[in-house]
Amino acid sequence: MNLSELTIHEAHELLSKKEISSEELTKAVLDRIDKVEEDIKAFLTIDKERALEISKKVDKEGDFSNPLAGIPVAIKDNICTKDLKTTCASKILANFVPPYDATVCEKLKSEKAVIIGKTNMDEFAMGSSTENSGFFATRNPWDVDRVPGGSSGGSAAAVAADECIFALGSDTGGSIRQPASYCGVVGLKPTYGRVSRYGLVAYASSLDQIGPITKDVRDCAIVLNAIAGWDEKDSTSVNLPVPDFTKSLVEDVKGMKMGLPKEYLGEGIEPEVREAVLSAARVFENLGASVEEISLPHTEYALWAYYIIAPAEASSNLARYDGIRYGVRAKDSDDLIDLYKKTRSEGFGREVKRRIMLGTYALSSGYYDAYYLKAQKVRTLVKADFDRAFEKYDVIIAPTAPTPAFRIGEKTGDPLKMYMSDVCTIPVNMAGLPAISIPCGFSGGLPVGLQIIGKPFDEATVIRAAYTFEQATDFNTKKPAL
Amino acid sequence: MEFETVIGLEVHVELLTKSKVFCSCTTEFGGEVNTHCCPVCLGMPGVLPVLNKKAVEYAIKAALALNCEIPEFSKFDRKNYFYPDLPKAYQISQYDLPLARKGYIEIEVDGKPKRIGINRIHLEEDAGKLIHEEGKSYSLVDLNRTGVPLIEIVSEPDIRTPEEAWLYLNKLKTILQYIEVSDCKMEEGSLRCDTNISLRPKGSDKFGTKVELKNLGSFRAVRRSLEYEERRQREILEQGGVIVQETRRWDEARGITIPLRSKEEAHDYRYFPDPDLVPIVIDREWVEKLKSELPELPDAKKKRYMEEYGLPAYDAGVLTASKALANFFEECVSQYHDPKTVSNWVMSEMLGILNETGREVDEIPFKPEQLVKMLKMIDSGTISGKIAKEVFRDMFDTGKDPEAIVKEKGLTQISDEKELEKIAKKVIEENPKSVEDYKKGKEKALGFLVGQVMKETRGKANPQLVNKILKELLG
Repeated sequence: MNLSELTIHEAHELLSKKEISSEELTKAVLDRIDKVEEDIKAFLTIDKERALEISKKVDKEGDFSNPLAGIPVAIKDNICTKDLKTTCASKILANFVPPYDATVCEKLKSEKAVIIGKTNMDEFAMGSSTENSGFFATRNPWDVDRVPGGSSGGSAAAVAADECIFALGSDTGGSIRQPASYCGVVGLKPTYGRVSRYGLVAYASSLDQIGPITKDVRDCAIVLNAIAGWDEKDSTSVNLPVPDFTKSLVEDVKGMKMGLPKEYLGEGIEPEVREAVLSAARVFENLGASVEEISLPHTEYALWAYYIIAPAEASSNLARYDGIRYGVRAKDSDDLIDLYKKTRSEGFGREVKRRIMLGTYALSSGYYDAYYLKAQKVRTLVKADFDRAFEKYDVIIAPTAPTPAFRIGEKTGDPLKMYMSDVCTIPVNMAGLPAISIPCGFSGGLPVGLQIIGKPFDEATVIRAAYTFEQATDFNTKKPAL
Repeated sequence: MEFETVIGLEVHVELLTKSKVFCSCTTEFGGEVNTHCCPVCLGMPGVLPVLNKKAVEYAIKAALALNCEIPEFSKFDRKNYFYPDLPKAYQISQYDLPLARKGYIEIEVDGKPKRIGINRIHLEEDAGKLIHEEGKSYSLVDLNRTGVPLIEIVSEPDIRTPEEAWLYLNKLKTILQYIEVSDCKMEEGSLRCDTNISLRPKGSDKFGTKVELKNLGSFRAVRRSLEYEERRQREILEQGGVIVQETRRWDEARGITIPLRSKEEAHDYRYFPDPDLVPIVIDREWVEKLKSELPELPDAKKKRYMEEYGLPAYDAGVLTASKALANFFEECVSQYHDPKTVSNWVMSEMLGILNETGREVDEIPFKPEQLVKMLKMIDSGTISGKIAKEVFRDMFDTGKDPEAIVKEKGLTQISDEKELEKIAKKVIEENPKSVEDYKKGKEKALGFLVGQVMKETRGKANPQLVNKILKELLG
């Protein structure tokens, strides 16, 4: 077995027993990147020399008591890494090297994880296929003619292709879960406020959340332990005690009440996906959980409200990329306004421009009430749907995405079609809830993801359900043939 | 037709917190360009603002001192616009739920108190500064000031004359300095003022079309620009013309206002709640505590000076117009029996020298007790009132103790009767004409003779004594 195929907990055990070194592990991962990256193109930056240096340092210190010590990790390129280029897959930040670490990176570094590189994504996390990267598209390890999903497509593909042991992604409308689903790996979006956003380049601040993308549920719990918690640098992070999520790794869902919302299984959901989710429900029932059909009536409005709120916030968040202080500045401008126009016209891609315009329009005087304010009201209703459901149910299960990975280029010409691929994940962001995607089947040889949605700050129950399902099935043990 | 002028003021005041409003950088003025900055106030990708509680405290203090209501719930909004001095391309400000509402400032118009309403006070961050170098094809930006906490104080359109605007500003400045939330230095930009002015037919309750004035570098500029604009608008209206709603710039050198931008060119700031900050919930107990900690404000102090020290309203008004001055005065009074004497010295001599030298009260090189010492030297006859003025000026120049000055310069008053008698005799001998005049009943002649004795002693003679001795000698 190649070392790069190890999970965190497997690698940790070998490292602890000194059966392998971090350097060997890091080398194995870098070799794997050398071998498959040409086909996958998951990385924007590979920090080879520094990664090896750090792995050697960790080996020398010899302390592997920390579960992430010496473990190679890939970071989505919208999470700031000190002295390591952070581009958000945008030409406008092609040369941006942050002088600071995101809080999550600080935490990973203090746990002695080894950052090996930065992963590709849809530009500024806007997209569902990683085709919107300003540099190149990433390919799905299960079928290189298909997309890995997005926007954390590089992170999900890197984990699926064993180009890292685990990765961090960010999820604003499904950007961790949908690519995890497409690539057959585990992806968790924590509750809004559970993980610090400091250093995560903002797309839609009220929705963005950083989370782990891993090879199994145990790894997911380990990573969440490392990155969760209140941060004085993020006013929207919540000061609640963080439980040890590995304590939730118990095979037991007896008596757990699960809701299965009918709105997530209707029109637009591919039959094989629906079948995989329904059989997952049966697995849970066989394990002693109860599954009942429920209704979340405002689901259908969530997507459209999202496409007001997220672009509105984005239009403001991305206004700072003006070529004045950092990033790329257009050449040969006549005056200040011309400099702004040229820099932003040349620096941003089509989808980013589309969303900036959508959001600018939605916030304009005279339209604010009709769009932004109304969308916020929809958001409240979407959340109320979940609140009601969670009065009765412990978790909600649903498909992560309506279809498995689609073909590269299939939806690039039709933004609305592309937006629909996040229809099952967006409501969860709108409500700020935690949700995981885990492999639950295959459709035409492509992975299908099961989404388990939990109550606010109850990642523990989500992890318990996911772990129990994973132990009872073997979907996560399948690897793409590369 | 007779017109009535309607004026409203928007005043921006920098708060005196040690650190910026959303990061921990220093707010210190001056400093090498772009050294008081961090990733947060530079608006780098991924950074987040964290509210400085001290800034909220100062803003609430200001609001309380300006008689405002403090709602329990407040929030921050983003004001979006592109400009190189604004690193995030939005300013964190407050839109529909400001920290404070419905206050007022009392000014005195024609001897009567008049309340100028305050519509709202909100907290926001300051922008940076552009530096345009002569003859260069580029501009530079200094972001040291970016993120310094500001409060914006918006008045109601209750002001009717440029003079009232001037009084309002002075009162506002005095109050804010009293509670020590801002130093209100217009020259350092820690107080900035924009004005709105319109005219309407007297008796009308509808507002006329307003014009906003910018680039007002001093309180004097505020008054002059309003006077100019009042005249300009009246002339237009009297000729049957219409006022264009626009922003105009005050040209200090030419003493006129010139169009800056029209209403159509006004920004759409696309305000929306800042998702990076949580709403502010103001604890009632905290507000009460801050209220109880407010110092005595100028109006109350003025009243007390009149009642407790028996000062005339004019004296009390002048002395309380600056907290530093009032403090100086009170320090003296606590060590001296006659407040009016102190008031006279502070108001005429001290303020005179300050105005003359352009210095501030806090730059006075001596302590209140030294002034008191000097007053006591007058009382004891050690120096004359006239000599005291000389000593006082010396204290300003050197910061030395009055006793030391008197000793060094040999200014001690001559109260030795024998010595004075000797000099008086000499003066009488040398001025037979005046002696004759006096004897004929010309009282004025005695004054001349006293003056001659003073001259002989270079002002050091005790004038009362000289008077007495001369009278005796001349029988």
